[in-house]
Amino acid sequence: MNPGTLKQILLITDGCSNQGEDPVAMAALAKEQGVTVNVIGVMEQDTIDEQGMKEIEGIAMSGGGVSQVVYAQSLSQTVQMVTRKAMTQTLQGVVNKELQQILGSTKTMEDLPPEQRGEVMEVVDELGENVKLEVLVLVDTSASMKHKLPTVKEALLDLSLSLNARAGNNQFGVFVFPGKKKDVEKLLDWTPQLESLTSIFPKLSTGGITPTGPAIREALAYFKKKRSLRSLLSRDDEQFFEESM
Amino acid sequence: MMMNSSLKNLCKVQPGTIIEGKWHKNRYTIIKELGSGANGIVYLAQFHNQRVALKMSDNGMSITSEVNVLKSFAKVQGSSLGPSLIDVDDCSVRRQTVSFYAMEYIAGPDLLTFINQKGTGWIEVLMLQLLSDLHMLHEKGWVFGDLKPENLIVMGPPPRIRCIDVGGTTIQGRAIKEFTEFYDRGYWGLGTRKAEPTYDLFAVAMILINTAYPKRFNKSTGGITQLQEMIRRAKPLQKYEAVIVNALHGRYQSAKEMRYDMIRNLNEPGKHTQSSYRKGSAKQPIQKSRQSQHKRKGGWLETTLIVMVISILYMIYIYGQIG
Repeated sequence: MNPGTLKQILLITDGCSNQGEDPVAMAALAKEQGVTVNVIGVMEQDTIDEQGMKEIEGIAMSGGGVSQVVYAQSLSQTVQMVTRKAMTQTLQGVVNKELQQILGSTKTMEDLPPEQRGEVMEVVDELGENVKLEVLVLVDTSASMKHKLPTVKEALLDLSLSLNARAGNNQFGVFVFPGKKKDVEKLLDWTPQLESLTSIFPKLSTGGITPTGPAIREALAYFKKKRSLRSLLSRDDEQFFEESM
Repeated sequence: MMMNSSLKNLCKVQPGTIIEGKWHKNRYTIIKELGSGANGIVYLAQFHNQRVALKMSDNGMSITSEVNVLKSFAKVQGSSLGPSLIDVDDCSVRRQTVSFYAMEYIAGPDLLTFINQKGTGWIEVLMLQLLSDLHMLHEKGWVFGDLKPENLIVMGPPPRIRCIDVGGTTIQGRAIKEFTEFYDRGYWGLGTRKAEPTYDLFAVAMILINTAYPKRFNKSTGGITQLQEMIRRAKPLQKYEAVIVNALHGRYQSAKEMRYDMIRNLNEPGKHTQSSYRKGSAKQPIQKSRQSQHKRKGGWLETTLIVMVISILYMIYIYGQIG
């Protein structure tokens, strides 16, 4: 079984979008193209308002991903947990698909008795360890995020530490929104290590609007760009998601 | 800390609720909540006439994963690695399917509470017990992962340390599944998150530090300098300083090695040795030969007895022939 490459967008934000397309629709668009959208809402002492909460849950739900709202202090642990959880979810979907082909019905893992579930879980675990992963991180740099950025940087370094302990390959990219001139700005191109963030992050300027929707659209386009470049070089097995979705 | 209300609500049940398994039809009566973690809630429950711990989660994957670990522990004979597994099943709570498993109920205070009640003199004993268990677990190809005082229960009397939450237990060589920052070497910038015996031994060293700082502390400068400074500032830790620092650096290749060094360190306080493992291991054959001497003595006694009985029987037989 080869699940190809898992693709995720990880959105780190602290509030509501207020510019451009509906982010929930953009997340659904990503899901249609085989890219999972996870959202982490960062709180300070105060809590996130209800509308922001609704949006965070909505984006993750329509993006087929996981959402979590946390205080800035526990960001590191959450970022890696959310990413792993979303990976397992996607892989479980892949395995369920495979099961359905074998068992010829609408059976999923949950319909198996607990004894047999264990063996399937071992397959999921093994895939999670070896599968290739691409994570595009979208960081909200609107004014209210300013003093949370150092924590975000720590959390991202921590994420690369966690994921690089796996046997499978990782690629990370980092976008921030709003950018200096455009809605979205590329901060870091695809790379297996996030260490270079240490030098870039302190220079970030914050402020302005929160164009979450356009940011997701842009991120999605970036996955495609990468794929088309790659397909010129080699035809690899990345067609999987088109079939599965 | 985390706002994960949806998950908790789903497996939240009131005392007195009867949980019936969908597959095996076993019935459990919930007595009270024992605790809750990232992946579910653990309840104390009555099952026939025994008390069991019941872990419920809406995340069937994590339940299945933990059951796999417990099943593999069960194959280790006479082990006390984790609680023993009783049952795995699904049930329905408010029309939603929730996965659960029942396991042995390990009653007792957690490590820090126990030390707080009974005194710091128990730290050494419990750590030596823990290192023995970890050695066995590592030999079987696992790494415990999320090692912390909350996951260590002291049963007894006689006091015996037990690990209770196998949510972070990972096959060696893979990426650690679950961890807690304070006990994680990655957080302190002192290593990777690959599941290796040295990962657990780092956590043991942090638990030792934790006994002197029950409220833990945050990373400031991070790295070995901050940790070494914290060890120096706490008087009770100074006698283990060498052992702790070795474990933080990942210098012990096995839990056994750390255990020997700790014993040696206790017997010769003040002498800070880098690695006294070899000397420690030299003690082992002496003990063994003493044991086999006992055996030899016993063997000799047996032989003489047998020879005597046979000769008496033979003599009776001979007299019978004559008569």
